[in-house]
Formats: sequence, C-alpha cells, structure tokens
Amino acid sequence: MSVRDVAVDAYREALPALAASVVGGLFAGVVLGGMRAELREVPGLLVLVPALLATRGNVYGSLGARLASGLHQGLVEPGVGVADERVRAAIAAAIANGLLASLFAATVAYLVLRALPGEVAPLPTLLAIALLAGIMSGVALSIAVVLVVFVGYRRGQNPDTLVGPVVTTTGDVFGIAFLLLAVRIVLALGGG
Amino acid sequence: MPAPWTVRDITRAMLPVLLALTVVEIGSGLVLGSFETELLRYPSLLALVPVTIGTAGNLGSVLAARLSTAFHLGILSFERGDELLAGNAVATVALSLTVFPVVGAGAWALTSLTVGTELPFSTVVFVAVASGAVLAFVAIAVTLVATYAAYRFELDPDDVVIPVVTNACDVLGVLVLFGVVQVVV
Repeated sequence: MSVRDVAVDAYREALPALAASVVGGLFAGVVLGGMRAELREVPGLLVLVPALLATRGNVYGSLGARLASGLHQGLVEPGVGVADERVRAAIAAAIANGLLASLFAATVAYLVLRALPGEVAPLPTLLAIALLAGIMSGVALSIAVVLVVFVGYRRGQNPDTLVGPVVTTTGDVFGIAFLLLAVRIVLALGGG
Repeated sequence: MPAPWTVRDITRAMLPVLLALTVVEIGSGLVLGSFETELLRYPSLLALVPVTIGTAGNLGSVLAARLSTAFHLGILSFERGDELLAGNAVATVALSLTVFPVVGAGAWALTSLTVGTELPFSTVVFVAVASGAVLAFVAIAVTLVATYAAYRFELDPDDVVIPVVTNACDVLGVLVLFGVVQVVV
C-alpha cells in the first residue's frame, strides 16, 4: 500500500469515533463553561477535572475491553449480562478502582495545592465531591458500557470497536455532568 | 489462559497503573489551575478544555492502536520511509485539521448560546486549530516513542502503549492549549 492509501484508510476508519468523542467533549465543555460559579466556590476543583475525567476513561474503557475479550473468548455468555458472576465482579472492580483513584486524586490535588501559594477548599469537601461524582458516574458508565457491549455483540458488531468511542463520549459527558451535580449537592449540604 | 475475573485480581492488575496515571493527570490539572483566571473569564476557552484533552488523547490512541496491530502482524519497521508509519502520521494530521475547526466553532457557538462568550469567533477557532495542529505532531511523536520503547523492551504494545499515549496526550493537550492561549488571548 502507498502512503496515500494507508492515510485514506486510517482517516476513514478513525473519523466516526473521533467525531463522536468531539460531540461528547463539546457537551462536557459547555457544562464546564457553565460551572464557573462552582469552580470559583471550590478552589482546587479545576485541578481535579483532568484526573477525574481520565479515571472514568481508563477504568470504564478497561471494563469494556475486558467484557469484549470475555465475550470473544467465550468466558462470558452473551445472553446473561449482569446475571453473570464474572460480569458482576468486573463491574464491582471497576467502580471500586474508580472510587479509589478519585479519592486519591482529591488527596494528591489537596496536598499539592496546600504546598503552593493560593487557595484550596478543605480536604473533606474535595473528598465528598470526588466520592459522590465517582459513585454516580460509575453506576451510569457501568450501565452504558454493559448495555453497549452486550447489545452490540448480540447484533453482530465487534464490541472492541464500540467500546472506545462510547466510553470517551459518555465518560466526558457523565463525568462532568455528575461532577456538577456532586458539587451542588456538597455545597448545598454546607461543605463549602 | 483465562483472564482473572475477581475483584481482587482486577484491582491488583489495574490499581497501581491507575494511581500513577492519576498523579500525571493532577500535573495537567495544575497547568489548568495556573491559567484558571483566563479560563474563568472566557467560558468559551473553558469549554475547549475537555474536548481538546479528549481529542488529543483519541488521536494518539487511534494511532497507537493501528501501530500496535501492525507491530503484532509484523508489518511495521521503524525505518525512514516506512509507508505504514508515514501514512498513519499523515492521517493523524488530516484528522486533527478536520476535527479542530469544528471543535472551535462548536465551543464558541454552544457557549454563546448558553452563558455568552466574550471572545470573538475567529479567536476561539484559531486557538482550537492551532492547538490541534501542534497536538497532531505531539501525538505522533509520543506514539512513535512509546511504540518503539515497547518494541525494544519486548512489552506487548496493547497493554502499555495505549494508556501511556492517551494520558500523555491528555497532559500535553492542556500544556499546548495553555501555550496557545498565552500567545493568542
């Protein structure tokens, strides 16, 4: 194949997934753009945003890849879904690891920002936000990933190619939307 | 060999890498924090943050996935003039130049519809396109280095390269956006 053929092939294959993630990213960006009041009220929250979004992508991307491989290898029956013990263990591990990473991110961000000049919100506030956002987006993303992988597989699609775009798109959207909700809940409960 | 499917096994495999990547991402958060004033003043720039990070990571991970597959098939050589490398690199730049004008226009339009924007349309589109163009080359460089390192150290590129590239591009995405905003806005 010539350079041109390779390039055209790669471009055609990647564009739909990239376009889907742009739509998700733009929606997340608009929510973030509308979150300025909360970002001002909780100093340090902006520093957490990339880590929280990346955690969603890493954890649930890995959950999707694991479920897809399980289906391909015949370890997981396509008909059972969440009734399968292995599937439940994979989901529980994803949510647990996502929460641990979110709480760790809040702690590291707090410690670094305390060492730097400038303001940072109290550690319990950041931890509460990370925990709530992690639980809500974890449940939503687990449902999205399991649905897409199993429904896609039953309809004859390769779940491996579905997982990436679905996780990057829904990960950003759910990640930011539930972060906003978590901040509002924590601020309403007086944790500012 | 069946994959480990208990919470304990999955956690043991995943958590150390996840925590290391979290520290890296806090680094990119600190860069964001350093121009928080500009970002809070101009919501259309804030709206660019997730989409720029995500798209940069995606450009890198798509390229990494294709190079990993080519590597497994034994059709990738790390030599000058390798058509597969060159073609994929060209596609990465073309994808970036296709997507980032839409990113800039979308961020400006959606922000002006919701909270209102204080920057002109052309500035936001220019910030997006300039960041995207730089990021395409960054993604190519990071992916080549990571794939080559995996090849030299005999690691499976699927396990190592994609998470490293995605997260490195996330961080560099914020740095590039920061640089462009400093110059333009």
